[in-house]
Amino acid sequence: MSARMFGAPVQRTEDERLLTGRGAYLDDLGADAYAAVFVRSPHAHARVRDVDVTDALDVDGLIAVYTHEDLTGPMAEPLPLLLPHPCIVDGRTPHALAAGYVHHVGAPVAMVVARDRYLAEDAAERIAVDYEVLAPVVGIEAAVAAEHVVHAGMSDNVAAHLVQEVGDARAAIAAAPHRLELDLDIERSACTPMEGRGVYARWDEAGGSLRLYSSTQTASGVRAAVAAKLGLDVGRVEVVVPDVGGGFGVKIMHPWPEEVMVPWAARRLGHGVKWTEDRREHFIAAAHERGQRHTVRAGFDDEGRLLGLDVEILHDNGAYLPYGVIVPIVTSTQLLGPYKPGAYRVEFRSLYTTTVIVTPYRGAGRPQGVFAMERTMDAIADRLGRDRAEVREVNLIRPDEMPYDQGLLFQDGRPLVYDSGDYPRTLRMVKELIGWEGFAAERERARAEGRRIGIGLACYVEGTGPGPYEGGHVQVGTDGRVRVATGLTSQGQGHHTILAQIVADELGVAMSDVEVTTGDTRRMPYSVGTFASRGAVMSGSAVALAARKVREKALRVAADALEADPGDLEIAGGRVHVRGVPGAGMDLGTVAVLSNPLRYAFDEASRAATQFARPADHAAPPVPEGDAPGLEGTDFHSPLRSTFANGAHAVVVETDPETAEITILRYCVVHDCGRLVNPLIVEGQIHGGVAQGVAGALYERMAYDADGQLLNASFMDFLVPYASEIPPIRIAHLETPSPLNPLGVKGAGEAGVIPGAAVIASAIEDAEGFPVRSMPISPSDLFGLRRRFAAGEIPPLRRAERARGRRANETGEPDV
Amino acid sequence: MNEETHEIRLRVNGVPRAATVPARRLLSDCLRHDLGLTGTHVGCEHGVCGACTVLLDGRPVRSCLMFAVGADGHEVTTVEGLAAADGTPHPVQRAFRECHGLQCGFCTPGFLTVVAAFLEENPEPTEEQAREAIGGNLCRCTGYVNIVRAVLRAAELRRAAGRDPQAGDPAPRGPVRRQRP
Ligand code: FES
Ligand code: FES
Repeated sequence: MSARMFGAPVQRTEDERLLTGRGAYLDDLGADAYAAVFVRSPHAHARVRDVDVTDALDVDGLIAVYTHEDLTGPMAEPLPLLLPHPCIVDGRTPHALAAGYVHHVGAPVAMVVARDRYLAEDAAERIAVDYEVLAPVVGIEAAVAAEHVVHAGMSDNVAAHLVQEVGDARAAIAAAPHRLELDLDIERSACTPMEGRGVYARWDEAGGSLRLYSSTQTASGVRAAVAAKLGLDVGRVEVVVPDVGGGFGVKIMHPWPEEVMVPWAARRLGHGVKWTEDRREHFIAAAHERGQRHTVRAGFDDEGRLLGLDVEILHDNGAYLPYGVIVPIVTSTQLLGPYKPGAYRVEFRSLYTTTVIVTPYRGAGRPQGVFAMERTMDAIADRLGRDRAEVREVNLIRPDEMPYDQGLLFQDGRPLVYDSGDYPRTLRMVKELIGWEGFAAERERARAEGRRIGIGLACYVEGTGPGPYEGGHVQVGTDGRVRVATGLTSQGQGHHTILAQIVADELGVAMSDVEVTTGDTRRMPYSVGTFASRGAVMSGSAVALAARKVREKALRVAADALEADPGDLEIAGGRVHVRGVPGAGMDLGTVAVLSNPLRYAFDEASRAATQFARPADHAAPPVPEGDAPGLEGTDFHSPLRSTFANGAHAVVVETDPETAEITILRYCVVHDCGRLVNPLIVEGQIHGGVAQGVAGALYERMAYDADGQLLNASFMDFLVPYASEIPPIRIAHLETPSPLNPLGVKGAGEAGVIPGAAVIASAIEDAEGFPVRSMPISPSDLFGLRRRFAAGEIPPLRRAERARGRRANETGEPDV
Repeated sequence: MNEETHEIRLRVNGVPRAATVPARRLLSDCLRHDLGLTGTHVGCEHGVCGACTVLLDGRPVRSCLMFAVGADGHEVTTVEGLAAADGTPHPVQRAFRECHGLQCGFCTPGFLTVVAAFLEENPEPTEEQAREAIGGNLCRCTGYVNIVRAVLRAAELRRAAGRDPQAGDPAPRGPVRRQRP
């Protein structure tokens, strides 16, 4: 039996290509394609009076210029409302090219196609657009005030509104012994993958078909959307996703305006057309996330047990709502984390503003929800003078309460039922890892040296691997190599490696004999996409199921040839043989030959499969009834519900008493994503997530001015951390299997980022002695808070007061 | 209006190459689109991310900040040229794989070229020095944890292979300094 690959820290199969410059990302394709660029709105809100292209026409190498006027049929209609959730009040989506109005800086107004990128940009510069500037609506406050509306025909800016309630939260709060209310803000940030978006299309006139390459998180989604826009049968559209230089959520949105314009132009011109987004475009024309305000009212008892929780959320979904509504929906449900409030009410309003649209960014509303809940836990602890971990502890769902039904509907429209997890253990582990118990003394020692340090803690539960389904196709070639395809796409998560690990184990072959294809509709047309940490759960399970079918068939075909009982056979090292008798068997490649009865021989191997090769049973057809030729199998995984991963983060920070600079001293992660397929890859996902969590807490924000201009639309000004900003990360794993899939896995892609803002705010607050209610926080923000605190505008934390009192008395009981 | 072009000759990965380019053509575009060496990536085109880093006469430069005409007569090494002539991977390439120092791989060519040059100069870096060496390159996927490990591992592999630390001072260009908005 070969060593088990599942669970082993196997090196990635993707790497050899990527390390030698043989990756193929979108802009590496289509060397002979025309280049497209887009003329984009410089205004946040305007009416387009006129587009004058005259000046552009004499640019050398210009092929075509298109505006909305050139589009007909479905192309002239708004792009689809991707998630038509019943909570949407008025769902507005953009046109491929501006149809009379623009609603954010960066909205595409015209498309230029030229021989190369430089020439296309020359021409784009010469296109004169006459705008009548309208009032911008920037930020949640302006959106709520609705002094101006973003979309004509609406009386306010409310795009969606939803109330969910379990029990009577308001009554429970009113009757509770203690109550508090908090306003909690998170600002906008963005995925900013290192590779922006990109689309390359070729039209095949002879076949009447389209080949589309897109740097996307969903091949099948793009395919269906583009086919509908272009009026083509989906069978005539092939979408192939090349190597993708990171996604983190932004590339799940589809179709982008550019994603329909490029194939439309390619078909019209009968020539390949390619668009590669530049960095500024990615900032102003792709998508952002996170901008959300929360008002939390909580009622609790003397132990800090939550009796009622009432949360109101205002979400800034930007100019349109093709996808963004999912974010407050996720926040509403995932806010509850590992806790069980007595009664819960949540209401959100999702608001239009004249800024870039929202699509999920790694975590997708969970960072905000965790921020709201964990800040509340800290505030309760502070109010009661209790240890912050202790207050969390009394609210945790216990392992023997699993599966636990929160009584709400999750983002996939299915019940919010936690499948498994040991939350108390997770909390205990993170406390040990960070040194929670000894910290009070550590803080005092630091204080004696004139240093300020603080500790923070945050727990989360993350619904991962939602349906509806994902598919796997596994085929053994006559060369014995195993070809695996799944429809979802990969942006660096190592799917090729983990899927090969899974199939290698299921089929008893070497990993080096397994080749994996993702995101290619030619190989697996049925698929949903890569989001919500669903790769391992959905495609991992699907390829395992498909491989089991293949295994079963291989045993059957081999048993026939070997005149043995299938039950006596096993597969190891790519050979089917009689259990315990490795000599009595045949290679899987030979089984593949035999599984496809042939009339014609074209080589030595196929000769064995011809009808003349061996005596046949004349009473049965060559392909048994209900069977199919070939050693291959397809299966789908469609789970009942999402599976719920969980974890806890803890951090120690130091804040400089003079400069207010914030330094992370140590960062600890306890993480339970069920069974680990590849610990090397899971830890990599956590590292990257934590880095984005730190970034979102301390460095990254979208600096829109009142006119709706994004002031920091470059890597010069939007501070993606370098290596110097990322702290050492300690990780401990727990593995509570999920009962909802054949592998017992849960998703791992997003967890690292989720508690970032919450845990860092908790630690800064602890270091400073006053509450931190808004993230991100820069040194100048902290400096400003200190001033307001000194001026008495911000009340101190009670525990800081008490600690001061103790120091004065020189006594002391631990109060962490 | 036809644009004036220039003939340039350069050695890329040891091979003499020629191209006809307008004066404004970036070295990154020339390498990628005129010479077909798409291993060099472009993440920002404003000198901040480092994805486009190549070695110009052995020193790391950002090819998005240079015009192709400026490389006329010079020696350029791209990620495609890091491995030995017989295909043996460079120690940095091996180390990145061993340490899982890459995820999407888009930033990776920039890191590989920077680290290759750095180790020529400092074959026995401390962890702090390793972190500093990559301090001008952005990666959105890895959180840099495994990249730092990979730098140290590459140094180890390189020493084990008994390479002579070469003379010269191919100091990496420092990161572009940024201010908070
Ligand atoms: S592309 Fe050259 S530094 Fe970013
Ligand atoms: S590996 Fe994706 S940006 Fe570095």
